[in-house]
Amino acid sequence: MVNAHWLSRHKGFLILLPSLILTAIFIYGFIGTSFFFSLTNWRTLAVDLSLRDPMWQTYADMLAMPRFQADLRNTVVFTVLFIGLAVSVGLGLAILLDRQIAGKGFFRNTFLFPYALSFIVTGVVWRWIFNPETGINLFFNFLGINRALEAAGMNPLEPGWTTDPAVVFSVNQLLSQIWPGGMSFQIEWGIPVALIPVAIAATWQLSGFVMAMYLGGLGGISPQIRDAARIDGAGDLRLYRSVIIPMLNPITISTVIILLHVSLKIFDLVFAMSGVGPGFATDVPAIFVFEMMFKAARYNLGAAASIVMLIASSLVIVPYLVHTFKHRES
Amino acid sequence: MSLKRGLLWFGLGLMVLLYLLPIYVMLINSVRDASSVSLAAMWQFPSRISVEGFAEAWRMLSPNLKNSLVMVIPAAFLSSILGALNGYIFSKWRFRGSEILFALLLFGFFIPYQAILLPLVRFLQWINLYGTLPGLILTHVVYGVSVTTLIFRNFYVNIPGSIVEAATVDGAGIIEVFWRVILPLSLPAFAVALIFQFTNIWNDFLFGITVVPNPQSQPVTIALNNLSGSFSVDWNVVMAGAIVAALPTALVYLGLGKFFVRGLVSGAVKA
Repeated sequence: MVNAHWLSRHKGFLILLPSLILTAIFIYGFIGTSFFFSLTNWRTLAVDLSLRDPMWQTYADMLAMPRFQADLRNTVVFTVLFIGLAVSVGLGLAILLDRQIAGKGFFRNTFLFPYALSFIVTGVVWRWIFNPETGINLFFNFLGINRALEAAGMNPLEPGWTTDPAVVFSVNQLLSQIWPGGMSFQIEWGIPVALIPVAIAATWQLSGFVMAMYLGGLGGISPQIRDAARIDGAGDLRLYRSVIIPMLNPITISTVIILLHVSLKIFDLVFAMSGVGPGFATDVPAIFVFEMMFKAARYNLGAAASIVMLIASSLVIVPYLVHTFKHRES
Repeated sequence: MSLKRGLLWFGLGLMVLLYLLPIYVMLINSVRDASSVSLAAMWQFPSRISVEGFAEAWRMLSPNLKNSLVMVIPAAFLSSILGALNGYIFSKWRFRGSEILFALLLFGFFIPYQAILLPLVRFLQWINLYGTLPGLILTHVVYGVSVTTLIFRNFYVNIPGSIVEAATVDGAGIIEVFWRVILPLSLPAFAVALIFQFTNIWNDFLFGITVVPNPQSQPVTIALNNLSGSFSVDWNVVMAGAIVAALPTALVYLGLGKFFVRGLVSGAVKA
């Protein structure tokens, strides 16, 4: 019996073996190889796998590139805008649907529907909605807003959306006060206006997912808890703010982590909707990697940027996985 | 009370309108004829309905739609089958270190694939699968296994271990138990995994554009992006193309939404 058990244990391992080998090669082996490429002199079509001297020079070059600095800024700004919007909209929708109402299924399906589409479809459509010559800007004419503005002697409202190179709320001044080298920044540290439409499109696509996560969590809150809070005299607002939303914290954390992982590697949506944007206003690391590897043949640079992306996502994902596994074992 | 209800319905109605706005843009602009496509009339109903845009989009995208189908069906099936086997072992035949192996496997689902792209392309060139649909299928199977394993493992954990024990006492081996006991119970998990994989792989862009540079062999998402970026293609064709490319996953969602939601929640939480 013990012997049979021992055998079957190893049989289990053998069954896993194909997937384990594939993972070892295609995930860990390839990550190692990418990292190695990032340390080499391979920066033309001709493969050159000699190590650079100094070894980290490609990373130094990359961090000094205004384009890559813009990418880092854009990732931070996009992440904050997108996650802020998606979580608040998603939570709002879940709360609206957290009751017995007619057509609940219809509403839920409508809000979740965009999640089934590809980022390319989303990008293609929203690109037109935010095209300065049509789309949203037509509403400012239809609604008479522009006529009113002109009558008041002001310029009509015609935002350039994804074509706007402006960076607002620049903090360069502030940064230069706390960091001596600050005045030599080659880019404006602020909010690129062109990223706002991209964050809105991403919210359209993913807020339904956030809603679904929260609806799952809300379904697990027992009616007794709601009743108890009501007996204590809590109104709707109070009930959600002080009782229900705090109870949903684990869901919020999971959701934010999933969205972080989407936003740190966002590629297709930006690629289809705005590309790199004016003055790299909507460029992101994933597009940088793609262009360095498949357009510019700067392989070591592309590999270095991809490793930076990997580290950024790992900082989010690894603690989450470790926590989940520990939690489960205890 | 009725004021609150009124506000609720107003809020929901407004959100529905906002969410359907892009769908509306796609629909009404896809059914214009080329002569009535205009930037100024984007929000207006066309004066007459034309299928010109769809005919042209179909002509341009149907080879790529076929590529997508040829890619997604085997890739979704193979990654689901591997995921079922792995999930079975990780839930019912745990051994020392199996949890660590599971975590290492799962990590593969969360990495930005940019970090493996260059070696992947070199590897596919080396085994002569670069630029081919089989190469793309292999890629999607390999990088899909982590999430399918997660889906099946989470499903099998809820099947009582006593069923497996009873079968082993009767003398059934590890494979036999899977085949005779576990597999027949796995239909819902297969539905979830297949739908999850179908949507993910159909909607993929990064692997399609990097592994298959030849436009003739590219999946539909890449072809749609090329269509949209081309100045010689009319806008009605682009919108019709977007609908055509979105239709398969949209239909799966509308028809099998229940499994779809389950898949995304299980892929998202409780690793």
